[in-house]
Amino acid sequence: MATFGWPEFFFILRSAGWTLLLTALAFVIGGAFGAALAILRLSENRILRGFASGYILVIQSIPVLMVLFMSYYGLSLFGIELPAFFAASLSLSIYVSAYLAEIWRGSIESVPFQQWEASSSLALTRAQQYRYVILPQALRIALPPTVGFLVQLVKNTSIVSVVGFVELSRAGALVNQATFLPFQVFSVVALIYFLICFPLSRLSRHLEKVMHAGRRH
Amino acid sequence: MSRFKFEAVWAEFDTILAGVGLTIALSIGAIVLGSVLAVALVAVRTLLGRWAGHLVDAYVELMRNTPFLVQLFMIFFGLPLIGVKMTGEWAALLAMTLNLGAYASEIIRAGVDSIHKSQLEAGESLALTRWQVFRYVILKPAFARVWPALSSQFVLMMLASSICSFIAVRELSGVASIIEQNTFRSFEVYIVVTVLYLALALTLKASLLWLGGRLFPNTSGLARIEAKGSAV
Repeated sequence: MATFGWPEFFFILRSAGWTLLLTALAFVIGGAFGAALAILRLSENRILRGFASGYILVIQSIPVLMVLFMSYYGLSLFGIELPAFFAASLSLSIYVSAYLAEIWRGSIESVPFQQWEASSSLALTRAQQYRYVILPQALRIALPPTVGFLVQLVKNTSIVSVVGFVELSRAGALVNQATFLPFQVFSVVALIYFLICFPLSRLSRHLEKVMHAGRRH
Repeated sequence: MSRFKFEAVWAEFDTILAGVGLTIALSIGAIVLGSVLAVALVAVRTLLGRWAGHLVDAYVELMRNTPFLVQLFMIFFGLPLIGVKMTGEWAALLAMTLNLGAYASEIIRAGVDSIHKSQLEAGESLALTRWQVFRYVILKPAFARVWPALSSQFVLMMLASSICSFIAVRELSGVASIIEQNTFRSFEVYIVVTVLYLALALTLKASLLWLGGRLFPNTSGLARIEAKGSAV
């Protein structure tokens, strides 16, 4: 039976890098897609609006695990055999897009509607309204909950271990199988997650205070 | 592309239904027990001293900043080593309760913080005991106010119960992977199970909305009074 020494510790620590990479990829890809969904959700076209809200509702009402299985097995059905890493990033991006779209829609909607009226009376196009008037204000409101959601994302990357991808929690499970020292192993794993997530949680709360100070109500 | 074959999945429908049953049981169990834990945590934080409050804070931060999966592993693999043996189902229920309790206490606390100090003074001047003030003046209005946020957290927990399949609990996604291994109809199995989760989530959402209306019938009236008060 192996012991829980430095090699095992560094194995776990290295795999935290994969967790961070997955988080970053899913955030960037899912964020881009989520931004588009948020705009669609607020579009004047009923079909586009319906599509976006349907997508958001469905993804928010099924487990991330199912999104993962569906993209993993769904793609292989079409003859596309993706490495676990791609299936993992794809499914996490889908998950991220639905939640960020909803957060960002809320932020855009909380910009007072007079801002829309004022900017359209200046003959700005809808794209210009977003670019110069609405989004700069919405961004301030969106920042704290977005950072808060990042914490959820970091934690949810743990479930992609089920398709065999070795990230932080899978590394922990492997070391646990070899050492049978669950308390030590999972404490280290939990601690690493905590060291990633806790500063983000605090940052989110701090931003909430700072951003609120600028707005009078 | 191979054609879809759902027959193999329908043949196992009893197994799937049993999985649905366990998912519902785990979720309702965790919602009830988690809420009790959350109220206890808020009570400790509100009624006891500063050190107890710090302990509660530490617990909440620990649960909120580590993945549910790791908490589940810790309980399932770790507790037997210190003599606490339990089946996967009980480990799942325990992990869900501890996790949901932390999140729910944070939500309820926000509700408690929103209760104005004058309300407490009013309660005290009516000669209510500390406990009575906590229960009727703080807790109930706080619950009413945060019910929507609490409901979403409950739905998220139901969805997260799928993670319990990692420790071979035969809830909905657990039975899905068993059927998948037996039939090799991966996509068909998961599409059926995904639709079932969707139905469960929407039903739970609707039920919680209905329950909120029954439990806190005067919320809208309360909110109106609040709005007037803040305008003055």
